[in-house]
Amino acid sequence: MSPTVTDPKLDPRPDEDTVTIYERSREGRRAFSPPATDVPETPVDELLPASQIRAEPPALPEVSEPEIVRHYNGLSKKNFDLDTGFYPLGSCTMKHNPKLHERVAALPGHARLHPLQDPEYAQGALELMWNLQRALGEIAGLPHVSLQPSAGSHAELAGLLLTRAYHEDRGEQRTKVLTPDTAHGTNPATVTMAGYEAVKIGTAPDGGVDLDDLRANLSDDVACLMLTNPNTLGLFDSNIEEIANIVHDAGATLYYDGANLNAVMGISRPGDMGFDIVHFNLHKSFTQPHGGGGPGAGPIAVSERIEPYLPRPQVVRRESSGNGAEPRFDLDSGKPKSIGKLRGFQGNFGVFVRSYAYICSLGRDGLKEASESAVLNANYLRVLLAEPGIAEYLPIAYDRVCMHEFVVSGRGAKKELGITTLDIAKRLLDHEVHPPTVYFPLLVDEALMIEPTETEPKERIDGFADALRALLAEAAEDPEIARNAPYTTPVRRLDEAGAARKPVVRQPRSDA
Amino acid sequence: MSRYTSATDADRAEMLAAIGAGSVDELFEEIPAGVRLGRELDLPEGMAEQDVAEHLTRLAERNRHADAEVGFLGAGMYDHYVPSLIDSILQRSEFLTPYTPYQPEISQGGLQVMFEYQTAISELTGLPVSNASVYEGPSAVAAAGYMAKLETKRSRLVVSRGLHPHSREALATHARGYGMEVVEVALDEEGRTTPDALAAAIDEDTAAVFVAQPNFLGTVEELGELGEAAKASGALYVCQADPLPLAILKPPGEQGVDICVGEGQTLGNRLDFGGPSFGFYAAAERFIRRMPGRIAGETRDVEGRRGFVLTLQTREQHIRREKATHNICTAQALNALAGVIYLSWLGRRGVVELGELMLRRTHYAREALVEAGCEPINPGAVVREFAVRVPGDLDTLFERARAKQINPGYRLRTTYPEHEDGLLVAITERRTREQIDALAKLVASVREGVAA
Repeated sequence: MSPTVTDPKLDPRPDEDTVTIYERSREGRRAFSPPATDVPETPVDELLPASQIRAEPPALPEVSEPEIVRHYNGLSKKNFDLDTGFYPLGSCTMKHNPKLHERVAALPGHARLHPLQDPEYAQGALELMWNLQRALGEIAGLPHVSLQPSAGSHAELAGLLLTRAYHEDRGEQRTKVLTPDTAHGTNPATVTMAGYEAVKIGTAPDGGVDLDDLRANLSDDVACLMLTNPNTLGLFDSNIEEIANIVHDAGATLYYDGANLNAVMGISRPGDMGFDIVHFNLHKSFTQPHGGGGPGAGPIAVSERIEPYLPRPQVVRRESSGNGAEPRFDLDSGKPKSIGKLRGFQGNFGVFVRSYAYICSLGRDGLKEASESAVLNANYLRVLLAEPGIAEYLPIAYDRVCMHEFVVSGRGAKKELGITTLDIAKRLLDHEVHPPTVYFPLLVDEALMIEPTETEPKERIDGFADALRALLAEAAEDPEIARNAPYTTPVRRLDEAGAARKPVVRQPRSDA
Repeated sequence: MSRYTSATDADRAEMLAAIGAGSVDELFEEIPAGVRLGRELDLPEGMAEQDVAEHLTRLAERNRHADAEVGFLGAGMYDHYVPSLIDSILQRSEFLTPYTPYQPEISQGGLQVMFEYQTAISELTGLPVSNASVYEGPSAVAAAGYMAKLETKRSRLVVSRGLHPHSREALATHARGYGMEVVEVALDEEGRTTPDALAAAIDEDTAAVFVAQPNFLGTVEELGELGEAAKASGALYVCQADPLPLAILKPPGEQGVDICVGEGQTLGNRLDFGGPSFGFYAAAERFIRRMPGRIAGETRDVEGRRGFVLTLQTREQHIRREKATHNICTAQALNALAGVIYLSWLGRRGVVELGELMLRRTHYAREALVEAGCEPINPGAVVREFAVRVPGDLDTLFERARAKQINPGYRLRTTYPEHEDGLLVAITERRTREQIDALAKLVASVREGVAA
């Protein structure tokens, strides 16, 4: 982002409104030179029915290449990004995105491969997918993997569709799905989309699932319990074996939301905890760059009893009969009980390439070390924030050893200093760190959810604690500073209510 | 120590001391013994960066990619030229590595891109409201089905067989969840959807009617006429479109379409063996508060500066939870960025020039193949793709073509068994007349039973 000059009088840059690519348009400019026409220039109205011919070209901009590049480079400088600074966004696992991954994903054999290429001519891609399936299955502790879902939310939907198929195949019509009150919003939203009724389960005083509430809500009408473990408070639910037993005794499936898998890779496996269906967020634990809000991928791993219903096609490996011949990889669409396709083609292959490269780089030791370091970093930051000067304003919601993340409450800051969690987040922007996740989970008042990840060195974590301490000390002197922050960003606080009241969601046409 | 972490032994000791733990293992004590792995993962050891690069390069070499053959294979993803500036801009850390723009003050770049993208999609589709993108094409079709359920409370979805087979299947998969029945309407003998066939399938319980423009066989559909029965019954009219030919085709929004969705790969995205790309989702104004996904909106900051935010978030899962309009969390921001750069690169004139070139070459290619003995399956107006019955044995054609590094197209028998000997041929600006003539010559050689 642009450097700031301390004295505004010394800053000659005009403070002008941002300009869109459409406002840069000048008639006659262009970046594209079409290939030569080598076929007869038949008039368009001889090739298309009059009813389907567009009258006016779409009002796209007319801009030369250099100005397009400047425009988007200019916009990029108004973004804060992970390659530039600390990004402890809880539940999002903003770990470093290795540069190698961009290089291997861009190889023509990957980037330029058509999804319907004959499998005979896509053996490398299918082998990569098969290897990734196998690795994810081992990490999950569940043998059968589909890479198809496009994101975590898509995987959740897949999980509930699998659950439905499983129960219906057994002649059962169940109508409810349980989610803890700490769950990500996608869980209950998915439940509704999958045609179930969402039932909320309470949280016990120790931060885990309230077992009594769970028992009280279980019946033969419950299809599934969706759980994140460690949960969104950053706590491992040590009752997990009992939870799994209770859920399975009721005939329901147990779904693992993999948002927090980064805490337990190579240490504890969802399959061994009793989960039937697990999703992975390859853009979290397996370091697909987030891209400013996608793409990601949400593969799922399932147990034997769920396997028959997996989405198709499945990547399969066929051993060759010939002596010393290589195995062949193929796409199998023949699964009769499959829930069907969730999307086009085989999934987000470009994401698979990056995550597979990551697993190859880290290997069995490195994955475990990543989780250990993530947990070490989170606990180190937790104790830094438990020190005087911070703890009285931002008490830790569940003050015990955490996993890869933890939650603090801004209730102290609100009461003692008169600043909200939102103010803290906005003032952190001036410190050039990305704020934690705010106001989630919902059961913690004024929540800040903090996840440093394993790729941050100690001094960055120290720096974040220092920034928070300075911010709070400053607010004790003058809370107005935080209340009006940020000051150094490309724009200051924006009128979100106004934007929603009278939505302007596209550039008006200049001739309108 | 792995190369992506930084804690030295000294750091580790210092951090553990601060925590008051004797070892890293102590931090995991809450995990019961019964669910601890207690062994190493059964995976290979980690590798040096150069070894990983080598391994992936070897795998990639075993794929025959679009620069290694002359491809007439489309069927949903197309070999378009992706200009260099897209690679360059998408690799900027500021676009590649941020999360979703939850903090708008430090995400103005990404948010403005979404706004510009929404404008471009709105222009192509002729519909006033576009979201900031969804996963990809077929699941966007399924999202439209869900919106139709929320909007109409009805339970049937009527779908033209001209929709991409993956879209029809993804719609059926999702619809089983939200409890709707999908009814398919056959194409006529010339590969078109007909108003009569649609009307016959539509009843008062029909929530939405889906057609594709162009359809899977490349047929340019009569969008206006096809929507009449849907309109009369109160069902939503949904069009799955390829956004690139919309540069020259009458916009769906001008023909009564309520929701236009589709696959965005053709707009500056790589083939990537099927993803990631993006899905686009545009609708009429009255659906703005029912849309799935992120939407960027324009606003002002406290000092009056123009800025952008994620807006209408009360539709979304993180606010509304089980009452959300969809469960989707983020979008495909980076892929949509490629889309808007591509459309800016083509520009107002270029997008039409490209569309017309595609249109002319598609018709040229069909004539060339007909001359070589093929019979058109959809003889009417086509754009970017067309289907033909190939004389002679298709296996032989593919075998010979493969030897010449030509990929003749998509065999319809897998998804359209009624066209056992059908071939779907895709044309982009990368397919020259010379290449088209080479394909025609091959077809003729197979028909005549002579060596090519």
